Amino acid sequence: MTSITVPTTKARPRRWPPAARTRAGLLALPLGWIALFLVLPCALVVVLSFFERGTYGGIDYIFTLENYGRAADRLYLGILLTSLKIASLVTVIAFVLGYPAAYLIATAPARWQKLLLVLAVLPFWTNYLIRTYAWIVILNRQGLINGLLSWLGIASEPVDLLYNEFAILVGLVYAYLPFMILPLYAAISRLSPDLIEASTDLGAAGFTSFRRITLPLTVPGAAAGAIFVFVYSMGNFITPDLLGGGRTVMVGNLIYDQFLTARDWPFGAALSFILMGLMMALLSLQAFLVNRARRMGTYD
Amino acid sequence: MTLRLTRKAAIGLAFACGLLLGSGQASAEKIVISNWDGYMPADLLANFTKETGIEAEMSVHATNEEIMGKVVAGGGKGYDVLFVSSPFVEALQNLKLIAPLDPAKIPNLANLYPEARALAYDPGNAHSVPYAWGTTGLCYRSDLVKTAPTSWMDMLKPSDDIRGKITMLATDRWLMAAGEKALGYSVNTTNEDEIAKTKALLIEAKKSLLAYDDTTFYSKLVSGEAVLVHAWDGWCNYGIAENAAIKFVVPKEGSDMWVDTMVVTAASEHKDAAMAFINYVLRPEVHRWVAENILYKVPNQKAMEGLDPKLIEQYPNIGMTPADLMKQEQLRDLGKAQKDYTRAVTEITSAQ
Repeated sequence: MTSITVPTTKARPRRWPPAARTRAGLLALPLGWIALFLVLPCALVVVLSFFERGTYGGIDYIFTLENYGRAADRLYLGILLTSLKIASLVTVIAFVLGYPAAYLIATAPARWQKLLLVLAVLPFWTNYLIRTYAWIVILNRQGLINGLLSWLGIASEPVDLLYNEFAILVGLVYAYLPFMILPLYAAISRLSPDLIEASTDLGAAGFTSFRRITLPLTVPGAAAGAIFVFVYSMGNFITPDLLGGGRTVMVGNLIYDQFLTARDWPFGAALSFILMGLMMALLSLQAFLVNRARRMGTYD
Repeated sequence: MTLRLTRKAAIGLAFACGLLLGSGQASAEKIVISNWDGYMPADLLANFTKETGIEAEMSVHATNEEIMGKVVAGGGKGYDVLFVSSPFVEALQNLKLIAPLDPAKIPNLANLYPEARALAYDPGNAHSVPYAWGTTGLCYRSDLVKTAPTSWMDMLKPSDDIRGKITMLATDRWLMAAGEKALGYSVNTTNEDEIAKTKALLIEAKKSLLAYDDTTFYSKLVSGEAVLVHAWDGWCNYGIAENAAIKFVVPKEGSDMWVDTMVVTAASEHKDAAMAFINYVLRPEVHRWVAENILYKVPNQKAMEGLDPKLIEQYPNIGMTPADLMKQEQLRDLGKAQKDYTRAVTEITSAQ
């Protein structure tokens, strides 16, 4: 085997330096992956959205804008607004809960940090569906919370905690909280203690230092976490179905239903494309804000 | 050195790919069957292979629409036998995705009830063979309701004592059917006015629901979270198995009749083996074992006649006769009107 040489490569003049070739080689795989499994399906979705549903659920290749016209209907706009409301609430709650958690982890002694981070992502080791069912056990009328309330004598009648928007909020916040904690942790732990020390030396009390130094400097981390939580919440359809009892329809459910119940792929594709556009706009806004923060010298 | 290593790796990879591709074509007689999870006795495929020497692989789908999507997208390649509900037989046949059946290769068709051989969506079993059939109705806790329900209105406009303890199916056709039957319409109506009235009734009914539930309603009944649920007869039996106080009733206004069928894909390269599988399922002892195992009625006269009477005593709806079943209205594909149904269901489920 060792006697085999490859003459062709030696004869050819090298156009690229070896480092660049390695880089190109390393990039080719992920880029190819993205092209094949992200760009191509998205392109298919866009193309599909301009055709008609066949009578029996296939696709009739007749160009139409009807799917977009239908999407502008009040019914679907209402569902979009409900989803935006729920996803925004989830994001705010996740921030309020996630910031102190991230702050505590980042400022804990180094040997505790790893353990706390593992605890924060521990739920991901269990299947999402199982974790959602666990909430049913906790929240239902005969569930743990209602059992506790009646045992303590606080509530004589069971409280309705399940199959409503409250349950959806609980499920989504629980599921996506780690996505808020991790980027915030990264941002907070990167802050130099010197900054706080300087601020304190200059007379800013604890909370003022936090408000004027720590909080503004961790905005990009919060923005990254917020985008994660918001985007995932918008697309989720399992939680509204199981914890919401199917009584609240979110955009994710609407799209799921078009593909898997109505067999109306073109309309589902149009809805997906609109959702993607909306998410792209939000991501661009986030990138813009982070860049501005960088330019103003408040970051890194 | 690095270059040679990558070449070796590339050759290895190509070789591995070749092996994978090759293995797909190697065995001549292997059929792939797609069925709902748990809708077939676990040992059925192994027994089939033991008897016929034909290998069979099981693939599962959660809903008709899921397997329909896969078959439409891929032309049915990779599947030989599909289990789908009757409206989907019509859709698949219209899309030319399923093959005509050869009765000479399925002699056990003779075991079916005469009614099962003359179903409106496919008279004479030209493209499909019924596997299980039944109806949809009300499944309730006889120990927790004051009066036993008899009408769809007992669910849609319930008495105060059971408000908030009711679930309904959210799958479009069955959700709509409950309202349609309550109002005296056809479950296949495409009349806009009737759809609008059904929708209004179902939006009103939503206020007294605990949840929409297609999958775990019988557990809610067992736990007592719900006392009355909209249910398929066979799934109600899963509740009865855990609590004998659970009962099933077909509302007096009538209901739908659904049929789950076996079809052979047009793309199948092993159509004879696929039909041999269908013929095997139709054997009286095999189909009886199916009924005992999944607790659904099967349309096989010889199989049902051999059923243990104790089973019917425990699960009375298994004893429903084909004649009674045929009084219910068969679900048909809606064609273009499917869009109106989907929209109505979205309006109902998203109503505040």
